[in-house]
Amino acid sequence: MTSGRDTYGQRGRALRYFGVEDMIEHVPMEDHRKGAAALDEARLRQQAIGVKLRQMFDEVVNEAVPDEFLDILRKADKPAGEE
Amino acid sequence: MTETQVGRSPFDPQRDNLFKKELVTLIPHLRAFARTLTGDPTAADDLAQDAMMKAWDARASFQLGTNMKAWTFMILRNQFYSEKRRSWRQSQLDQEAAERTLVAVDDPEAPVALDELRLSLGMLPAEQREALILVGAGGFAYEEAAEICGCAVGTVKSRVSRARRALQAILEAGAYDRDGRSAGDAMGSILADAERLSSLR
Repeated sequence: MTSGRDTYGQRGRALRYFGVEDMIEHVPMEDHRKGAAALDEARLRQQAIGVKLRQMFDEVVNEAVPDEFLDILRKADKPAGEE
Repeated sequence: MTETQVGRSPFDPQRDNLFKKELVTLIPHLRAFARTLTGDPTAADDLAQDAMMKAWDARASFQLGTNMKAWTFMILRNQFYSEKRRSWRQSQLDQEAAERTLVAVDDPEAPVALDELRLSLGMLPAEQREALILVGAGGFAYEEAAEICGCAVGTVKSRVSRARRALQAILEAGAYDRDGRSAGDAMGSILADAERLSSLR
């Protein structure tokens, strides 16, 4: 995984609440922190992809509709022989 | 989809009018969905027009007040796959490779990150791509997407989740088809773009 950015390099070191689940799971704190940071990073990337996906779709939605579409519909409207 | 037709004559100009008004508002969305399925703007508009006419011809079976967007998307999707099946029989061509090429030639002026997203989407299996587009871009709930695709809700959920993971992996590895051009840092530019867009809001 290459990111070219170091968004979470330092943040992963921030103090975390040491909860009951940490003791039950016997997960070393360092692994837990890394896991949480990776999860945050993955979420951020998925959000970014989601934004681009919507942008890609909306770009087409916002295009002017070609006249052809409305012409076809207008013609379909008329009973046979009326055109 | 319900097909009940209560107390309505076969010819009802007022109802047709209402139907048509709503159908017209859906044209931009049908075009966008068709573009993601075919990857080619011209083929997409042909597909969207066919779907629009199929919806119009079948208007008697649609119950006004129910979800017309999902209904028309389902028609468009069925149309796409029945055409695809026909072309498979005719030419035996590798559809996935053809789609990739179509996506690759689409709009050379597009911003880099979008271009790379399109290329990467083109590499996903068709059923994953459509599920991700419907839920992630089309604004459909999982239940609606399941109805459109004719599968179980759980299937849509797993397709969307697999598509998300695959898309991220493709973008991060720069593994999309670039026609000999060097793969850029797609994930980096997508992250930067998303940051810029969210700061504008």
